[in-house]
Amino acid sequence: MEKILIPLRDNDVAPRFDLATDVLIVTLIRKTKALDTVREKVVVLDHASPETMCRLAISESIQTVICAGIESEYHDFLEWKGAKVMDDICGPVDTVLESYLAGKLSPGMCFYPQNTK
Amino acid sequence: MTTLDPTSLMKMLPDTNSLSALLDELPLGVAIMDPHGTLLLVNKAYETLTGVDRERVVGLGCLHALRCDYCMKDCPVMVGWDKMQTRNVDADIINRERRKIPVRLTVSPLINEDGDAGGIVETIAIRGSHTLNETTTGVFGLGDLVGNSPQIKKIFAMVPSIAQTDSSVLITGETGTGKDLLAEEIHNASDRSKGPFIKINCGALPDTLLESELFGHTKGAFTGADHDKPGRFRLAHGGTLFLTEIGDLPLPLQVKLLSFLDDKVVYPLGGTKGFHTDVRIIVATHRDLEDMVRNKQFRQDLLYRLNVIRLHLPPLRERGEDILMLHDHFLKMFQARFGKKVEGFSQNATTILQDYAYPGNVRELRNLIEYAINFCDEKSIRIRHLPGYLLHTPQQTALAEKTGQGESSAPLPLQPLSNPTKKESWEDVQRRMILDALLKTGGRKQKAAEILGWGRSTLWRKMKHFGIE
Repeated sequence: MEKILIPLRDNDVAPRFDLATDVLIVTLIRKTKALDTVREKVVVLDHASPETMCRLAISESIQTVICAGIESEYHDFLEWKGAKVMDDICGPVDTVLESYLAGKLSPGMCFYPQNTK
Repeated sequence: MTTLDPTSLMKMLPDTNSLSALLDELPLGVAIMDPHGTLLLVNKAYETLTGVDRERVVGLGCLHALRCDYCMKDCPVMVGWDKMQTRNVDADIINRERRKIPVRLTVSPLINEDGDAGGIVETIAIRGSHTLNETTTGVFGLGDLVGNSPQIKKIFAMVPSIAQTDSSVLITGETGTGKDLLAEEIHNASDRSKGPFIKINCGALPDTLLESELFGHTKGAFTGADHDKPGRFRLAHGGTLFLTEIGDLPLPLQVKLLSFLDDKVVYPLGGTKGFHTDVRIIVATHRDLEDMVRNKQFRQDLLYRLNVIRLHLPPLRERGEDILMLHDHFLKMFQARFGKKVEGFSQNATTILQDYAYPGNVRELRNLIEYAINFCDEKSIRIRHLPGYLLHTPQQTALAEKTGQGESSAPLPLQPLSNPTKKESWEDVQRRMILDALLKTGGRKQKAAEILGWGRSTLWRKMKHFGIE
């Protein structure tokens, strides 16, 4: 089982980790190489706070954080806590998640039209 | 307010490249967008500030390129123009190096003939801001640098006049003395403060990569060079280039740097065309460059060119009363940052902190205080809140043994585990063992558990019991 956290802005990856109030938490259960079960839930924070976001990641035992802009302080903290942080990602969350599930996502990728790094 | 359609603006110039070249000369970050906030063009300063590649951001929504807090508030690009008026706000962005940068942001509509916004021009300039200033009086501080000793005050007094020149500056001093901060302060105090401050560590990259990073490369210069890269010298145009660990710069690149200092022209790797760039050079090193010259590891002529203005930052152990001042300064800073109500240091902790030699200088002191505040759950920082290694020097161990009674409420065991003192409780021993193991393993719990001979869950349970996060 793998848990992924993605800060949201509407249906896109939020441009800033510290300013997002909606968070998508994806639970991925890999049954076979080809078959995954994906469960999603959206957590709404009462106010945007990077500290709250980090606490949420730890309490939810998140293994991977997918986000766009994140300060090194929080990036390093999450990595220190054992979560893998894939930052500088932008695009619609479904496309980003699809790419991650296919094992193709890497930091710096952009999934908006005209921009396929 | 500008009354010009972006298309007309583009038409006024022979081609987009000319406009781009014109904007590249500006010290401000500039972005031209369509009415929906889609980027049409960004200049070099914008690339430098945000860390984006201009070719890749064209067509992207500005909020994804700029990552500004104003985008999430009431930026007219996002919420629509109420009145067609320029907005001027203080904001912050997070760049690709994961740094939060305070900026002054200006968003202006380009009004077309129908009176609507036909496009948008956005400018960004770095705002002078220092986090530490929030907690300092300013009397003893220069930006992020703090001190009251005669040596430091002398440097503070010199900075304004040094900043007004364009001469090269060589900053020397041991590791952790604040060479990087001083370089940044010189830049901030200069007329170039609106331009970029680009820092590069000469010791952090392999020779070939460093050359490409500094001077740039042309397309096809080497395998994988699929596009032109401007290099840090060109990115720093109109600003300051700070070369730290200059003593680690390889000899072939020293020649290239020498050539640049002579004629201010950069030749990218694999290119024949030179580019003139207006950059102030500040270098820093903890090495003895004169000694390196004698050993033929550093070019004498380069040293002469860099050594126009020389500033030496003294090690913390020679700064006397500054140590106490820095204790209070960092205490206030981390108090505010972590929201802890730690009021000060116990007498014994102060004695230990004062007597320590600080081989890592101010950086080490700052880290010590950060560590102590993190682990302190009382009103004052006691010996047991300080990192274990601080107490392992013979001088400190003796002192801690002597003063152990003074902090008998929760004494830190200082002797080896095989010989615990009578005052030491088993809980304290366990707590120290956990902290030591975590320090040794850089916080990796699995390895720490192995060192302690415990299962991971036991370690986790005990950490929770002792309140160690």
